[in-house]
Amino acid sequence: MSAVQNELRAFTEREYQYGFVTEIETDEVPRGLNEDVIRLISSKKNEPEWLLAWRLKAYRHWLTMAEPSWANVVHPPIDYQDIIYYSAPKPKGPGLKSLDEVDPEVRAMFNKLGISLAEQERLSGVAVDAIVDSVSVGTTFKDKLAAVGVIFCSFSEAVRDHPELVREYLGSVVPYSDNKHATLNSAVFTDGSFCYIPKGLRCPMELSTYFRINAADTGQFERTLIIADEGSYVSYLEGCTAPIRDKNQLHAAVVELVALKDAQIKYSTVQNWYPGDAEGRGGIFNFVTKRGKCAGANSKISWTQVETGSAITWKYPSVILQGDNSVGEFYSVALTANRQQADTGTKMIHIGKNTRSTILSKGISAGRGQNTYRGLVKILPGATGARNHTQCDSLLLGDQCGAHTFPYIEVKNPSARVEHEASTSKIGEDQLFYCRQRGIPAEDAVSMIVNGFCREVFKELPMEFAVEAQKLLSVSLEGCVG
Amino acid sequence: MLEIRDLHAKVEGREILRGIDLRVNAGEVHAIMGPNGSGKSTLAQVLAGRDSYQVTAGEVRYEGRDLLTLAPEERAVAGIFLSFQYPVEIPGVGNLYFMRTALNALRLQRGLEAIDAMDFLTLAKEKMKLVEMDPSFVNRSVNEGFSGGEKKRNEILQMAILEPKLAILDETDSGLDIDALRTIAAGVNALRAPDRALLVVTHYQRLLEYIVPDHVHVMVNGRLVASGGKDLALELEKRGYAGFEPQPATPATNATRTAVGARP
Ligand SMILES: Nc1ncnc2c1ncn2[C@@H]1O[C@H](COP(=O)(O)OP(=O)(O)O)[C@@H](O)[C@H]1O
Ligand SMILES: [Mg+2]
Repeated sequence: MSAVQNELRAFTEREYQYGFVTEIETDEVPRGLNEDVIRLISSKKNEPEWLLAWRLKAYRHWLTMAEPSWANVVHPPIDYQDIIYYSAPKPKGPGLKSLDEVDPEVRAMFNKLGISLAEQERLSGVAVDAIVDSVSVGTTFKDKLAAVGVIFCSFSEAVRDHPELVREYLGSVVPYSDNKHATLNSAVFTDGSFCYIPKGLRCPMELSTYFRINAADTGQFERTLIIADEGSYVSYLEGCTAPIRDKNQLHAAVVELVALKDAQIKYSTVQNWYPGDAEGRGGIFNFVTKRGKCAGANSKISWTQVETGSAITWKYPSVILQGDNSVGEFYSVALTANRQQADTGTKMIHIGKNTRSTILSKGISAGRGQNTYRGLVKILPGATGARNHTQCDSLLLGDQCGAHTFPYIEVKNPSARVEHEASTSKIGEDQLFYCRQRGIPAEDAVSMIVNGFCREVFKELPMEFAVEAQKLLSVSLEGCVG
Repeated sequence: MLEIRDLHAKVEGREILRGIDLRVNAGEVHAIMGPNGSGKSTLAQVLAGRDSYQVTAGEVRYEGRDLLTLAPEERAVAGIFLSFQYPVEIPGVGNLYFMRTALNALRLQRGLEAIDAMDFLTLAKEKMKLVEMDPSFVNRSVNEGFSGGEKKRNEILQMAILEPKLAILDETDSGLDIDALRTIAAGVNALRAPDRALLVVTHYQRLLEYIVPDHVHVMVNGRLVASGGKDLALELEKRGYAGFEPQPATPATNATRTAVGARP
């Protein structure tokens, strides 16, 4: 076996850094799914009647839906009755009045993850909504943001304090009937982040949500809703981790973005859910529906994702380009090692005139990982002058992994221009030898080559996140990379 | 410094090196000439530690150590540098970053402190002047989109920065116009020192007008079949390699052995 094979094999034996479990007392609903469970979740959150009705409508629709089967992933059927749909760290007191009251164990858990819930600390330019299992445990910088008119809070608080906004936009981008996973989320979602940027404001700090699954046998079903009012700008970051468990856990989230006229939303994700072990035991099923609507003219939505975790990733952050001259972007790095499977990509739906979209996808497969890019570029008849550029590159590390590309293009307006480029390369023995000849140890060399391959995507990430992503990639390549 | 004895190597089951003997002392410049396919690059790659080439017999000692047991990066730390005949492209990895990573990897292994980005930039700029490389190249990816000549220049730049003890230059002259050849040779000559040695692989004697060798060896069919001083290169230019066709176990081989393997 050659040096490259050895290096790359070591890659598949990488360790997961965030696999610890924190002992927290939790409040859970009984295992399984039925209308009573949904009513219970809704009542725990003191929800208004309209929201419960919406959940039940979704649930009844969900019962009629078939499991999506078109994705290039293989897994045993999900037993929806074996999942706990609500699990929340038990509040120590009668409800949180300030961040200082966050349970010390929860706070310690976030410290261990490198996320500070203290506002004056390191990440002082980033506001965090911290979500553990089914609920938000705290949101930093809420008051400071409120002073400039930004609403940044947990979804539950938004339902309570800003019901008119939630009611107007909930399901406006991802309807409750969209797909089986999104419909399940609509029925049982427990919390999430909510964000509204007022007209003309450039949000003064990065906003972020950190998702942590901690409890066993729970699913995480959160929703994020971001509304950028006319002429505003926001950059949003999302990170996620989970303990090592040998049973699969389901994460079925929904993210909806709405950009009104002249508004811009930049949404960045570093997804590092537990990927399962080398034999493919355990890991998160990450079945996420993310979609943005460029509702107004000249608006822009940009998705950047670095997907290194999860046993299975099923995720297509998309943009509906409704406003004239609106812009959609999708930048993605997806890495699959061990027996990880990723089927990810995007949909760019061009409706308005002169709408433009850019897709840049970098897939890295190692071990027995399977990496699929699936993308749809759809140009509707009214989208005169629409343009799309797609580039999909795949990098194979080793010879037991796979890379697949399924680009779908539907053009219904003759003035549109759609370009697609694709490449597949193997990490070369010659590249590795070249680096080693110069003195760079093999592990560092692989990391360097892979990071180089991803550079165009990393440069779209906010500074701090880019550093984080590079480190993560290196850790993920550990044993194969430094 | 370097002593090769009866080195045999295979690639994909085929024997390419068929008994190489060579001794290189510190301060010397040796040229290896020979027709295409004679095994020159194979020798260079074997010395650098490429594992797709399988050494089947013989030994190589470098500064008293058994070179063949060392990993490629350990050989680099020991001071061996190979200027590749076909330098490799590494998309997305900045040229300057690559060279600094390499230099710091070597320094770390040698117990020296890492050089920070600012100091490295100063160093790199100075060396780039030496090889007359356009400063815009530092911001490009390693060898990506470089012309053949630019790649060779980049190899010599790396050599100038890494300051090896034994530099092996594999066809550094191919693809260079005469001006480029002169600057590159100047860059190489600047590195000549009593404690360093050069092994220059080429199949034209043109380069040897600028990098004047102490010894010239002729490789044919995996063996060094003749050795001499710099005049041998001129003779080869006139006569071609025809006179050196392989004749197993002929006096030519023995002569080579004596000439090349002049042991102390
Ligand atoms: N990686 C390889 N795989 C197969 N054959 C090789 C490989 N490298 C070299 N060879 C063969 O070995 C012989 C010598 O090649 P090489 O060392 O490159 O010669 P030179 O540098 O003198 O032109 C040639 O016949 C070449 O085809
Ligand atoms: Mg050659």
